[in-house]
Amino acid sequence: MSIKAENLTYIYGAGTALEQYALKNVSFEIPDGQFVGLIGHTGSGKSTLIQHLNGLIRPAGGTIYYDGTDIYSEGYNLRELRSKVGLVFQYPEHQLFEADVFSDVCYGPKNLGLHKEEAEERAREALRQVGLKEKYWDQSPFELSGGQKRRAAIAGVLAMNPKVLILDEPTAGLDPKGRDEILEEIRELHRKRGMSIILVSHSMEDMARYADRLMVMNHGEKVFDDTPREVFKHYRELESIGLAAPQITYIVHELTERGVLLDVGITTVEEAREAILKLLRP
Amino acid sequence: MIREITLGQYYPVDSVLHRMDPRTKLFGTMVFIISLFLADHIAAYGVATAFLVLAIKMSRVPFKFMVRGLKAVLFILLISVSFNLFLTDGQVLIRLGFLKITREGLRMSCFMGLRLIYLVIGSSIMTLTTTPNQLTDGMEKSLGFLKAVKVPVHEISMMMSIALRFIPILVEETDKIMKAQMARGADFESGNLIQKAKSMVPLLVPLFISAFRRATDLAMAMEARCYRGGEGRTKMKPLHYNRRDYGAYVFYGAYLAAIAGIRLWI
Amino acid sequence: MGIIKASKLIFDYIRRDEDENIEETDRAIDNLNVDIEKGSFVAILGHNGSGKSTFAKHINGILTPTQGTVWVSDMNTADEESVWEIRKRAGMVFQNPDNQIIGNVVEEDVGFGPENIGVPTDEIWRRVDESLEAVGMTAYRYKSPNKLSGGQKQRVAIAGVMAMRPECIVLDEPTAMLDPNGRKEVIKTVQELNQKEGITVLLITHYMEEVITADRVIVMDDGKLVMDGTPKEIFSDVERLKSYRLDVPQVTELAWELRKAGVEIPVGILSQKELMEHLLPIFKDKFPGQMRLDAPSEAMASEPQ
Repeated sequence: MSIKAENLTYIYGAGTALEQYALKNVSFEIPDGQFVGLIGHTGSGKSTLIQHLNGLIRPAGGTIYYDGTDIYSEGYNLRELRSKVGLVFQYPEHQLFEADVFSDVCYGPKNLGLHKEEAEERAREALRQVGLKEKYWDQSPFELSGGQKRRAAIAGVLAMNPKVLILDEPTAGLDPKGRDEILEEIRELHRKRGMSIILVSHSMEDMARYADRLMVMNHGEKVFDDTPREVFKHYRELESIGLAAPQITYIVHELTERGVLLDVGITTVEEAREAILKLLRP
Repeated sequence: MIREITLGQYYPVDSVLHRMDPRTKLFGTMVFIISLFLADHIAAYGVATAFLVLAIKMSRVPFKFMVRGLKAVLFILLISVSFNLFLTDGQVLIRLGFLKITREGLRMSCFMGLRLIYLVIGSSIMTLTTTPNQLTDGMEKSLGFLKAVKVPVHEISMMMSIALRFIPILVEETDKIMKAQMARGADFESGNLIQKAKSMVPLLVPLFISAFRRATDLAMAMEARCYRGGEGRTKMKPLHYNRRDYGAYVFYGAYLAAIAGIRLWI
Repeated sequence: MGIIKASKLIFDYIRRDEDENIEETDRAIDNLNVDIEKGSFVAILGHNGSGKSTFAKHINGILTPTQGTVWVSDMNTADEESVWEIRKRAGMVFQNPDNQIIGNVVEEDVGFGPENIGVPTDEIWRRVDESLEAVGMTAYRYKSPNKLSGGQKQRVAIAGVMAMRPECIVLDEPTAMLDPNGRKEVIKTVQELNQKEGITVLLITHYMEEVITADRVIVMDDGKLVMDGTPKEIFSDVERLKSYRLDVPQVTELAWELRKAGVEIPVGILSQKELMEHLLPIFKDKFPGQMRLDAPSEAMASEPQ
């Protein structure tokens, strides 16, 4: 059960004077159960990329294989694919529409043709897994707080039982605590359901903390694809494309340059703390 | 699809028409529309064509840009042309089963087709050379006399201007909502009419809620910037006529006289 | 008295049923006392729902107190006659860049405020030119706002406020919907306005990196003012900040963790430079001869900010 992109190319405004590559020969394979971070500044092509993964847009060149089958081949069931590859867009306001949270979460499973009981069972499970308390279930989704809306939206996709969950900036607009809570819940989902996660985010700190693998996009091209600690070693190149490594990377690099023997792959506060303390009192 | 409508889109180049007062252009468009309904002779269409070609040349907007606007009205165009073609009585030219094409029908449908095409191109020249703000300013000022009978002219033009600003935003938002629902297995294409209408609910509810939210936000932002209706407002770009505008009015007079003359005497 | 002063401010959101009976009241601001000095850069921190945005809306007279008073330039915001004068003096920038731009062309949007307050045409143009220049958006003046990035839209919104010649700008989470580059762009613009034009700035945010250069930081929780001081003072108490659902920059957190583990570093470290000033001597004592303190450091030169 893997997703594989092969030479994916997408062009905006094809055939006009304003032709522009949104994606240029992007290839990768995401095996089962990986937690992948996808980063790049606005306009780098990351949103276009994730919309290919569940067949919402068609590439100009290249293709996507899900589980070995070309998803753009004749007669391929894209609706079924969308239940396997769940995509949660950035703003929950773009998908919540029912009178109450519970019915809204049932919408996805019902579209799959499931019976009412089964759809409801899945909705209950999904809502529990995203940590939305039962007292909110029969409330209007529009009365929820930002973090709760986000959870309801994630549950709406989760209820379709996807094998891969793609989240486009799920923490945008949340306060720091709300951000951490959502990310922790996503990590839990990753662990419990064993599903692959593709997380689009602007926060390098979050990537360092959660992702097993980090893909960096710039001008429609994939420029880095490695573990976060390896990617952050190239902080100079990251800066040249308008991104930056976590603050900790800079600190560790400066200490190393000054003669302190640290592992330059350190990316989180906890790791840095451990390493520094180990040196200072062996 | 919605993106293809050129009516109401501005094409930013510098030309005589771009610099003309919006009222002059509004009036010119009106004159042109009236002339199309007065024209019933090939010579009148010749004059109208000359007028249109001149306006197109002066606007410096690529012609293909205006033609694109026709796509949106293609359906109406076909219907009205075929109605005129097949349903006009007179000297029969061709008979196809129960349908017949008459000499008069052919003439009428040609005129009808031209009339519609000219109408669309003529009015798109106005919108392509005038920013929405100038246009609403022009309307506000030319319709200013309606204030006397308590028509809220300023408010209406402000509403139009805001609508124009938010249409592209809402079009983009519609696309996003559609994709978000398709990711949850929504199907907007198949099914019969009732099923299709039902499948629009998950699209329309978020769209309306977002539009209301934007409206509330915008109202607050406008108030914060001291907006309180048209009373006591000054203009950053007040309208005033230049020599080219007076010239244009003289030209309109001559043009209308020519069209009317053809109708009366030829 | 400073340019903005809130005294015993209380605000309740009231929900009424169909018969106008009070159904529910929700206290958004609970006895707030603040005095903001003219020309200062003040950041207000707080999690979502802490009352910070509600307070911001009081400064511009969009909301008026349930109890207590708010003064802006010695004018009471509850006084209906001075509300337009207050809105002129205290401009406001909101979170969503799209929902506050009215004009279809950048320069026309900047001119919207002056038009509303009856500024003569020549003067409007002068103000529009100056304001666009001040936020660095002159090159985009003929563009449609829809073609701009989020950060650029916010700069246009700031220019629109500047064209009213305010004494003070209140920014209500102006960066919440932007990407990191857009955030930097907006914060830099605001800092410049504060330094060069002497505009009083009230920045509401929950991005900690944006407040470390402020003159003063106010933390709100549950409608109350809970912390008030310089960034250094505020960031000295990491645990307390976390209890208010807030966070600290990684440098501050690392310094604080190390201090907790017994390393001699003072509280309230805000930058990499500061951390190094304290950390490097400790390493030097521990590993004499191994350290190269005066070598140029690439990683230091490129520290963000």
